[in-house]
Amino acid sequence: MANEILIKNGLVIDPANKVNRKCDLLIVDDKIAQVGRVEKAVQSVIDATGKLVVPGLIDIHVHFREPGDEEEETIASGSTAAVAAGFTSVVCMPNTNPPIENETDVEYIHRKGRQARKTHVYTMGAITKSREGVELAEMGFMAEAGAVGFTDDGNGVQDPAVMLRAMKYAAMFNVVIAQHCQDNSFAGTGVMNAGYFSTILGLPGIDSLAEEAMLWRDIQLVKKTNIRYHAQHISTAGSVALIRAAKKDSLPVTCEVTPHHLLFTEECCAEYDTNYKMNPPLRTKKDTDALKQAIADGLVDALVTDHAPHLQSEKELEFLSAPFGIISLECALGLYVKALIEPGILDWPDLIKLMTIGPAKVIGIDRGTLGKGKQADVTIIDPDATYTVDKNKFRSKSRNCPYQGWKLKAKIEKTIVGGELRFSL
Amino acid sequence: MGSANKAGQFVWNRKHLLGLRELNVEEITYILDTAKGFEEISTRSVKKAPPLRGKVVVNLFFEDSTRTRNSFTLAASRLSADVIEFTEKGSSVGKGETLLDTARNLEAMGVDIVVIRHSAGGAPKLLSRNINACVVNAGDGYCEHPTQGLLDVYTIRKIKGSLKGLKIAIVGDISHSRVARSNMWAMTKLGAEVTFVGPPTLMPPQVNKLPVKVSYSLDNIIEKVDVINMLRIQFERLGGNPFPSVREYSHYFGLTVERMKRAKPDILVMHPGPINRGLEIESEVADGKNSVILQQVKNGLAVRMAVLFLVNQAAAQET
Repeated sequence: MANEILIKNGLVIDPANKVNRKCDLLIVDDKIAQVGRVEKAVQSVIDATGKLVVPGLIDIHVHFREPGDEEEETIASGSTAAVAAGFTSVVCMPNTNPPIENETDVEYIHRKGRQARKTHVYTMGAITKSREGVELAEMGFMAEAGAVGFTDDGNGVQDPAVMLRAMKYAAMFNVVIAQHCQDNSFAGTGVMNAGYFSTILGLPGIDSLAEEAMLWRDIQLVKKTNIRYHAQHISTAGSVALIRAAKKDSLPVTCEVTPHHLLFTEECCAEYDTNYKMNPPLRTKKDTDALKQAIADGLVDALVTDHAPHLQSEKELEFLSAPFGIISLECALGLYVKALIEPGILDWPDLIKLMTIGPAKVIGIDRGTLGKGKQADVTIIDPDATYTVDKNKFRSKSRNCPYQGWKLKAKIEKTIVGGELRFSL
Repeated sequence: MGSANKAGQFVWNRKHLLGLRELNVEEITYILDTAKGFEEISTRSVKKAPPLRGKVVVNLFFEDSTRTRNSFTLAASRLSADVIEFTEKGSSVGKGETLLDTARNLEAMGVDIVVIRHSAGGAPKLLSRNINACVVNAGDGYCEHPTQGLLDVYTIRKIKGSLKGLKIAIVGDISHSRVARSNMWAMTKLGAEVTFVGPPTLMPPQVNKLPVKVSYSLDNIIEKVDVINMLRIQFERLGGNPFPSVREYSHYFGLTVERMKRAKPDILVMHPGPINRGLEIESEVADGKNSVILQQVKNGLAVRMAVLFLVNQAAAQET
């Protein structure tokens, strides 16, 4: 007998199909069977009155630290955190230890994801062996094993000729090449944005040029190769201008933005709190304004968390020595609501688009929509419920979160992954 | 910080001295006035006073230092404290104990004042958040070196009477200099006009937002200034190749006998030491009649005694 779930009376938002209306949604087995008025009697009924029913959220930039740093996060703990935050698909970054650089590594991530039975767990592979930016990694084998893109995330590929070669080679596999844009010759040993605050705090800075120079270079390479290119976690007004120009030229360029680059500026580093140390670093108000404008103008394709767990013992080092990165997966939706819906930059359908079909298109997976016959990944949100962020209750293994104590709106009620109820409040 | 008591007198209430940026004019002046009182102790035949008797001061130095460290040791001894020397090589990344673990250990030993020098900007602040003892910054990365800033303004004030309206040039690698930063905060708060002088490649990001003027030409400003503070070229901190050669650097930014001829006759020549003779300053100038370099060292002792005395007093009031 078929397994059926009927979600009644919710506000169904499916940006891919321009659906935004109060109706029912029927899931049969692992597929969306019907969106509309459903009068059928089924065993499992969820009353979603006053709730939003949206495609399962997708985060294409997370670090689950497995293999290698399981004390910080595992695929099991990370995907448990993710599903409780409404995510049904996540994309792990390959900067693990060892990095994800062949088909066996890719299969390992997938297997751990399946075993965890929480979200769909995808991975990107490394562009170059050991993420050293010198020799190409086995992109073909990784793509065949299901890698959804390639990046040396954490490192930008420094050598332009290597990057050009990677893009040319990737053309065989119709995959996206993603880049953590950072020209190390400009970034140096920087640990925060280069500017007034780095000067008075006596910390080495990362100039916004470091990001923009590499993004500019990569866009020239895209013009040459016409390969799908994705700029990860852009952080500067200059990057926004480059993306704007590239999109105007109809280049196959996409980009993503994190909540912290919308909600914080470099000033947050003033007390040397390492929960504000991330890479790219927090920039200036001019930059956060430009990112918000970019989102309002439809230039941004995906919202991501760059969930980067670290041990407390590492994060309590000197600002200079502590690792980059923070976690925000478990309050991500609330953060986007605060950054984008509350100030009126986006409405709910536009926000959901950037958390579902937008990222799905970047990596080329057939998810992120509630179209009939599509995978039954569904998230139910109570848009008006408020809560206080308590990192000590996170399902993640780490606690390096700067949002502790924040009051946020929009709670995840239920998360259905492949037709299975995997999280319920 | 710093508040008035019932009688309307200023009361020092900081148990940490982390930097001069956060101090106001009253606080800076109060330290300088306190230091003045301590100068006399060093002239006695028995060079000791009892205010820190029974207190433990630890010199926690993660970076090499000779004069600052000795100066703090001597300052603490003159106030009758017990002094522990604690030297850690290198930073806390990778092997070895983290700063906070070190702090926890010091706490367990029951120290009262930690004098810390560290290569990371903000390390003293991190320590102060995690320890009950007083924390005194003896130099953190290129953030601040507050006691150096204080002894510099103390020296100027002593000779010139006041800093108000004085034109002061700070010359050299501003970008990597904690001395330049602490000098800037203290001097500008006390009313001086500060100019940072050096090649653009040794200026920090957005230097224009700091309360200073900037000049790339020592020749243009040498005639105008009342005080010139020559920074040491810190080869260990210079990344890349900020100037083509030592020869060319000296040509543009060295304080030479030739340049001194154009300076005001009563210009004060300062240097935080150690000096690279012949590089940023010629020997004849360093040892010349305008040089107050050794007075700086002498005054440093009184200033550090004042700082140790005051933070200890604030801690005592707290409990």
